[in-house]
Amino acid sequence: METIWFCLVAVMIAVYVLLDGFDLGSGIIHLGVARTDAERRTVLAAIGPVWDGNEVWLLAAGGTLFFAFPMLYASAFSGFYLPLMIVLWLLVLRGISIEFRSHIESPVWHPFWDGVFFLSSALLAIFFGAALGNVVRGVPLDSSGYFFEPLWTDFTLGTSPGILDWYTILVGVAAYLALTLHGALWIAYKTTGAVRDRARHIARGAWVGVVLFTVIITWTTFRIQPHVPESFSQRPWGYIFPALALAGLIGARWLLRRNDADQSTFFASCTYLLGMLTSVVFGVYPDVLPASTDPNYSLTIFNAKASDYGLRIGLVWWVIGMLLAAGYFTFLYRHVSGKVGSESEI
Amino acid sequence: MEEALGLHRLHFAFTVTFHYLFPQLTMGLALLIFIMKTIAIRTGNEHYNRSVRFWARIFGITFAMGVVTGIPMEFQFGTNWAEFSRITGGVIGQTLAMEGIFSFFLESSFLGLLLFGEKRLGQRGHWFASLMVFLGSWMSGYLIIATDAWMQHPVAYSVAPDGVIGLASFWGLILNPWALWQYAHNMCGSVITGSFVMAALGSFYLLSGRHENYGKTFVRVGVTVGLIASFLQLFPTGDSQGRMVAEHQPTTLAAMEGLFESSSSAPIAILGQPDIQNNRLDNPLMIPHALSFLTYRHWIGEVRGLDTFPAADWPDKIALVYYSYHIMVGLGTIFIAIMILSFIQLWRGKLFESRAFLWILMLSCPFPFIANTAGWITAEAGRQPWLVYGVLRTAAGASPRVSSGNTLFTLIGFMGLYLVLGILFLFLVYREAEEGPEPAPQR
Repeated sequence: METIWFCLVAVMIAVYVLLDGFDLGSGIIHLGVARTDAERRTVLAAIGPVWDGNEVWLLAAGGTLFFAFPMLYASAFSGFYLPLMIVLWLLVLRGISIEFRSHIESPVWHPFWDGVFFLSSALLAIFFGAALGNVVRGVPLDSSGYFFEPLWTDFTLGTSPGILDWYTILVGVAAYLALTLHGALWIAYKTTGAVRDRARHIARGAWVGVVLFTVIITWTTFRIQPHVPESFSQRPWGYIFPALALAGLIGARWLLRRNDADQSTFFASCTYLLGMLTSVVFGVYPDVLPASTDPNYSLTIFNAKASDYGLRIGLVWWVIGMLLAAGYFTFLYRHVSGKVGSESEI
Repeated sequence: MEEALGLHRLHFAFTVTFHYLFPQLTMGLALLIFIMKTIAIRTGNEHYNRSVRFWARIFGITFAMGVVTGIPMEFQFGTNWAEFSRITGGVIGQTLAMEGIFSFFLESSFLGLLLFGEKRLGQRGHWFASLMVFLGSWMSGYLIIATDAWMQHPVAYSVAPDGVIGLASFWGLILNPWALWQYAHNMCGSVITGSFVMAALGSFYLLSGRHENYGKTFVRVGVTVGLIASFLQLFPTGDSQGRMVAEHQPTTLAAMEGLFESSSSAPIAILGQPDIQNNRLDNPLMIPHALSFLTYRHWIGEVRGLDTFPAADWPDKIALVYYSYHIMVGLGTIFIAIMILSFIQLWRGKLFESRAFLWILMLSCPFPFIANTAGWITAEAGRQPWLVYGVLRTAAGASPRVSSGNTLFTLIGFMGLYLVLGILFLFLVYREAEEGPEPAPQR
């Protein structure tokens, strides 16, 4: 039962990354890919109708985590107190920069919100990456299952690590590059003309960075978190996940050479992100928050889960709710499918 | 530790109070927009469709504010109240996760269609989108109320040997009797906010002699719905809510009423200031026997005062509970009076010419927000010193490893950010109101 919920929460987080990932990526490349006001409207129109729904996946994943693994929710959220609060502020700024930009026609108002949109998206990508890095590296849990990390200490992986150290910064940069690629491919898929050309150009550049950082973080992860190579050697079928990531990465570059495969290229990037996330999840399982202090303090799916009755009943409404949500999303994405026109509704 | 606890409480109180200014308006407006869209479909009158589009724009701005300030709420259970989350997450996590999965997906998907999809969806589809947004936001309200109701009146739970609380009955949690009345009471409050805002904007248009056709519609819809909601707010919802408090939270009732001593002919204090040092009410203006009657439907009946409970179980902010309760009830009574008189004028066909009434309707706009906020302060401060009434004390719920300095840092951050958001919101809504419901000439 706890393994099922572990997988369900992981799936929800993965869906969040795939969907909101392209919103964040679009924000990162926004200033570069779109130069004129009309072009920037086009970029915003490519995410305008869907970003809010995409962000809901974060909320739904957070809620599901809360009810399925209360101890993990309590420990991780209070331990990552400062970065989480900063993420919340950035989400607020990102949200209003998309929603409020269009309300006033002014040469001062628009660039201001464009700048806010870029900054909040870029920092969110880095922080989400760093958060993932923290979970993989492990945190200094005490015997009661709590910890507190300052934003940074001495940037090493020692006994009192901060949220940011050289490893988590590397993961943050990798996430920034991966979402840049992801967002650029989304914008290329949703637009035409000059914006599409620039997006494809950015995607080619970002791809090189993604390859480089994928190699670096994979290598360092295997060295600093021995649990990960153990998982793969104990259950070799898990190599399917990194293989998926590799296939996505190669596929994205191969499809990018063609001019008529925008949609498949975007899906290749989805495959890459999915492969990377599932590799991480597979690598740490059954831990959900490894302790850097004493392995016995690690939070696992077994000591962090809620009662069995709650998890069983939750499965019923979760499946019903997800079927409904999948229905809305299919409807919504069909409704906004295809390229956005330069004369947008926003 | 004391300082950190106080800051955690202030942190949540500040962010949730600011947040709820927006959902109370969107939930109320969702109903009103749905009503106007239904009228538009049935009469085929384009006037109502334009009204719907106009209010949907204001709804959109308000909704965006509700979303961006709501996301921090869901995370603050874990960040600031980690022990509470760990101990009760198996119960309240259910309703919070259901809110995300059942309501937020529904709302966020259909709001875009309500705002931008009218042409593609057609009239029936647009009506359906307004229905879905209404259902989504009201379902969201229910699941949040069910969460709070469990903290007010915990049911359907079991305690494991290690002190962790688990869910014992899913339907017991969802159909908590406390939740049903609290929801009804809260949603009436929300509809009051929506209808007062609509009537106020209509009055603004009539008084300033612009968009007068729309002004009349907004006043008519606002006053009619507002009258019904104001009555329902008092009876049966407010009355039943009060009797549940009397039955299950006697300390809260005593603090709300400023009843320091038990009495079998307990009065209601209309005015008066609680003197916490001497445990008495200064300058009281009382209606004798009234509280006994409201509680038992009988003029004689023992209502327990604070003196019958150990001081450790008293709400720690008695004066706050007392004042917020009195502000809520006082304003609620004034709302009924305003709405009855306005409706009589409307009935007689004189409201649109009566500038005095239009001024009153316009200026009363902020007060439903105050009344709703005061009601929530009564509920939440009244529940103290408990986080989960009778089960978990507030002092035992905070995050053990988050220091007061860090809490103050993020509290200040939220205050600054929300100040900017509040100014932006007022500015943008004012601009929408200035522009008005008439379709703008092609820009």
